[in-house]
Amino acid sequence: MDDHARANPANTGAGGGDAVVFRVRNVSKIYTMGEVEVRALNDVSLELYNGELLVLLGASGSGKSTLLNILGGLDLPTSGHVTFRDQDLTAATEQQLTRYRRDAVGFVFQFYNLIPSLTALENVQLVTDVAVKPMPASEALAMVGLTERVGHFPAQLSGGEQQRVAIARAIAKRPDVLLCDEPTGALDFTTGKMVLDVIDRVNRELGTTTAIITHNAAIAAMADRVIRMSSGQVVETRRNEVKSAPEDLSW
Amino acid sequence: MKALHRKLFRDVVHMRGQLFAVALVVMCGVATFVTMVSVYQSLLATRAAYYQRYRFSDLFASVKRAPESVAREVETIPGVASVQSRIVMDVTLDVPGLGEPATGRLISLPDDREPLLNDIYLRRGARFDPGRSDQVIVSEAFALANRLSPGDSLGAILNGHLRRLRIVGVALSPEYVYEFSGRGSLFPDNRRFGIMWMSRDAMSAMFDMKGAFNDICLGLVPGVSGRGVMDRLNHMLDRYGSPGAYDRNDQMSARFLADELSQLRSSAVTVPVIFLGVAAFLLNIVLARLVGMQRDQIAVLKAFGYGDRAVGLHYFEFALFAVLVGAALGTGLGMWLGLGLTKIYTNYYRFPILTYVAGPDVIAWAIIIAGGAALLGALSAVRRAVKLPPAEAMRPALPQRFTAGPVERLGLTRFMGANTRMVVRSLERNPLKAFLSILGIALSVAILITGSFSYDAITYMNDLQFQTIEREDVTVVFNSGLSASAAYDLLNLPGVIRAEPFRSVPVKMRAMNHMRQLALQGLPSRSDLRRIVDSDRRRRMLPSEGVVLTTNLAQLLGVRVGDSVAVEVLEGDRSTRRLIVTGTVDELLGTSAYMEITALNRLMREQGTISGAYLAVDGKQAPELYEKLKRTPAVAGVAVRRASLESFEKTIAESQNITRFAIVIFAGVIAFGVVYNSARISLSERGREMASLRVLGFSKGEVALMLLGEQAILTVLAIPLGFGLGYLFSASISAAASSDLYRIPAVIAAATYARAAIMVVVASLFSALLVRRRLYRLDLVDVLKTRE
Ligand SMILES: Nc1ncnc2c1ncn2[C@@H]1O[C@H](COP(=O)(O)OP(=O)(O)OP(=O)(O)O)[C@@H](O)[C@H]1O
Ligand SMILES: [Mg+2]
Repeated sequence: MDDHARANPANTGAGGGDAVVFRVRNVSKIYTMGEVEVRALNDVSLELYNGELLVLLGASGSGKSTLLNILGGLDLPTSGHVTFRDQDLTAATEQQLTRYRRDAVGFVFQFYNLIPSLTALENVQLVTDVAVKPMPASEALAMVGLTERVGHFPAQLSGGEQQRVAIARAIAKRPDVLLCDEPTGALDFTTGKMVLDVIDRVNRELGTTTAIITHNAAIAAMADRVIRMSSGQVVETRRNEVKSAPEDLSW
Repeated sequence: MKALHRKLFRDVVHMRGQLFAVALVVMCGVATFVTMVSVYQSLLATRAAYYQRYRFSDLFASVKRAPESVAREVETIPGVASVQSRIVMDVTLDVPGLGEPATGRLISLPDDREPLLNDIYLRRGARFDPGRSDQVIVSEAFALANRLSPGDSLGAILNGHLRRLRIVGVALSPEYVYEFSGRGSLFPDNRRFGIMWMSRDAMSAMFDMKGAFNDICLGLVPGVSGRGVMDRLNHMLDRYGSPGAYDRNDQMSARFLADELSQLRSSAVTVPVIFLGVAAFLLNIVLARLVGMQRDQIAVLKAFGYGDRAVGLHYFEFALFAVLVGAALGTGLGMWLGLGLTKIYTNYYRFPILTYVAGPDVIAWAIIIAGGAALLGALSAVRRAVKLPPAEAMRPALPQRFTAGPVERLGLTRFMGANTRMVVRSLERNPLKAFLSILGIALSVAILITGSFSYDAITYMNDLQFQTIEREDVTVVFNSGLSASAAYDLLNLPGVIRAEPFRSVPVKMRAMNHMRQLALQGLPSRSDLRRIVDSDRRRRMLPSEGVVLTTNLAQLLGVRVGDSVAVEVLEGDRSTRRLIVTGTVDELLGTSAYMEITALNRLMREQGTISGAYLAVDGKQAPELYEKLKRTPAVAGVAVRRASLESFEKTIAESQNITRFAIVIFAGVIAFGVVYNSARISLSERGREMASLRVLGFSKGEVALMLLGEQAILTVLAIPLGFGLGYLFSASISAAASSDLYRIPAVIAAATYARAAIMVVVASLFSALLVRRRLYRLDLVDVLKTRE
């Protein structure tokens, strides 16, 4: 099983190291809805390496969010194994998964999922309250350029601002892995690049292993590796020989 | 403050209406509990203090006449702490301002010292001067009923002579908290029966009782059982014509009081349990829907590493918040009402002492019970929050699967407008949710019915007793048994239209090891003025042989039709005979035994003896009749039905009314809480849908109609269910509150059903107005911008 790893040695990136962080083996996820079976993931195997920035591309419904949820310990596969470092996530207890999510994972959700009754700052604090080595919530918000908006409730923020709060919330705990589901989906060009820059900085400066789901193929240029999914399967794995900085992207 | 607490706080503020409604319901439950239990405990404590301070005796016995030396002998019985002999005489009174004759019970008090037992509390005036035969102290109930004060005087027939007695004082006695004459009447009639205390010396001179007594009271050494003492006492007093000693359990006043208190205790449990059950149910609905609406927030919490405990606790805290607020308000309100109610009861029972105890145990229990309700209500919702798989919660709740419901399958939608169709579909789409809403509203209907049911039951009892069973205008009781012709003599008195004789014999009835002392009633088989009637109003004829027992009595004695009972006659030759139980009658009041009058005469080996008669009287001539009866020495007492009716209402209805009022108010609050909540929840759940409809071009009115139309349908469906539940609750209370003195029938008046329905409809309209106001102020952009 190490063949695959050796055949595609990790780009050491800024964080360095070629240790495997996630190892996904023959993972399938099947939803049964009455008569119909939906194979959201169909025998997926792949690795994520320490400190790398991975971009996941794929059509709508191809299983990207499903994969990300499983990596983040939010969901369990129907079959197959996922390990994070030495820990088998597919065999973990609910408590172990909770610890894992609390200590290691930062999420950015496709639908932001802010708590409507909490302000931007408090939404970030919700996470720093329970994290082990968080940065101050205001600092995380400053990183996404929202210093002016800390006291606003989600309903008082634009869609893009909400998405930036969601990113601040994810990075504030200085996670080991950052999982972003369409972090720029609702953002204009400039703000989108600013957000990507933040993610890139976190990835480089903190060595955070990062996975970004996107529909925007242009974003793939900032990745160490790009994985393309289709119908629940990995159809292409590509390494960028040259990695672009976010400010150099254009779409 | 942690962000999660801040979320709790903001959500609580946001949901304040709903949570406050839950808190109100909890408050009502807790307040009812604290009020009733504290009143019960206070009255128990007050009664104990009263009995102790005024030395209420433990055992009682009367004799025809016994020398004072017998009292000294009684003192030697082991276990006896103190003995007080007395003279007790019932005399006919002529009370100023009262047409009909009254009965006074003269009780002697020692001239030289305070009585060792059954002391009196002098409310006004003074004690009599020693040896004075023209001075009395009268009981307060009698004095108030007849507007008598110290200084007034009244006429009394003492040993055949009309004498004037001057009232020197007004007093209370632990022995006569309720002033029962013990002559068949089930309720005290304070106008026509009163207690009077007089000098022992004067009474012994007047009634030829020098150096003798005819009544004796015993105080026991604490911890001693009365049984053994009673046996010894009976043995000693038997030859002085004692019908047998009895203890506080058979002392009418003490028994009635104990009965009322135990009734209070049983409703102190049932009513709050029902109220808090509703609170738990309401909490469950509110929380379940909160969890449903916050699925994605729960997912976020979990995604960022909040564990099951933290998430569960977070949602439990909503419940805890509402319940704690409710419990705190309820405890305060309950103690305030409890004190007030205790004062009212203390006045009502004329206790000379007031003690209010709301011990820490009451408060602790209130909190435990309310906490239990919170736990119960929150449990399933919190579990759901904990169990929610985070990834599942991440995506918006699946669009509800839509299938054609029964209304559509039946093709009924053809007759409906688009609005109605949407309302019907939304109900059909989620039948469980609709059912829970219906159940909630039904519970509020039920609670309203339960709140006023006791009044209906009492009205029914009253009606049964005084319209169907007792049809006579006047009951005349003779001093002793007279020949049957006496009934015909009564016919010659002015205004008497009809006279039906009765025979009443004091007996001890035994079966196996059960014993009951009572008056065996003999009535003509076709007695019309006094009927034997079942609880369902069916009339029963007395069989020519054997004895008919009330169901209560048969149960107490453990006998059935066909069994036999031993009857020891406590009058005349005092023989013991056996009687076959030839029937039972399901009476609501009292424990009675009936025989056909000639069969009773045969049993007594006497020729047509009667104890008195029931009279139908021409009202116009009643004053003349009363005047005549007052001067007839053979007449020991006269009872007027109208008066018994009044005293029934006063005695039972009054004490019930006090609590009933509070319960109806609480029930109203609960009903409103439930109905408002149900409407509010559907608004917050469907705010987005409503906003979307508005965006699509529906007017405010149309949207409001859709949401409120749904509520209207739920309310209409809930009302009949509520009627059923209300009946069940009432039946459970009636079962808990019945005693062997009376049984509360589970009868609910049509007006009560109607009132409950109307109140719930009004509550619905009122909450509809509140919800409509919110709906009109709904910020469309706000609602659509954030995912709820
Ligand atoms: N809870 C579920 N029940 C049934 N089917 C599901 C469920 N969750 C996801 N699916 C299905 O699994 C497939 C993959 O879903 P997933 O959310 O991973 O897609 P995606 O690649 O993230 O798409 P998008 O780019 O639109 O977000 C889809 O076909 C989806 O319909
Ligand atoms: Mg997706």
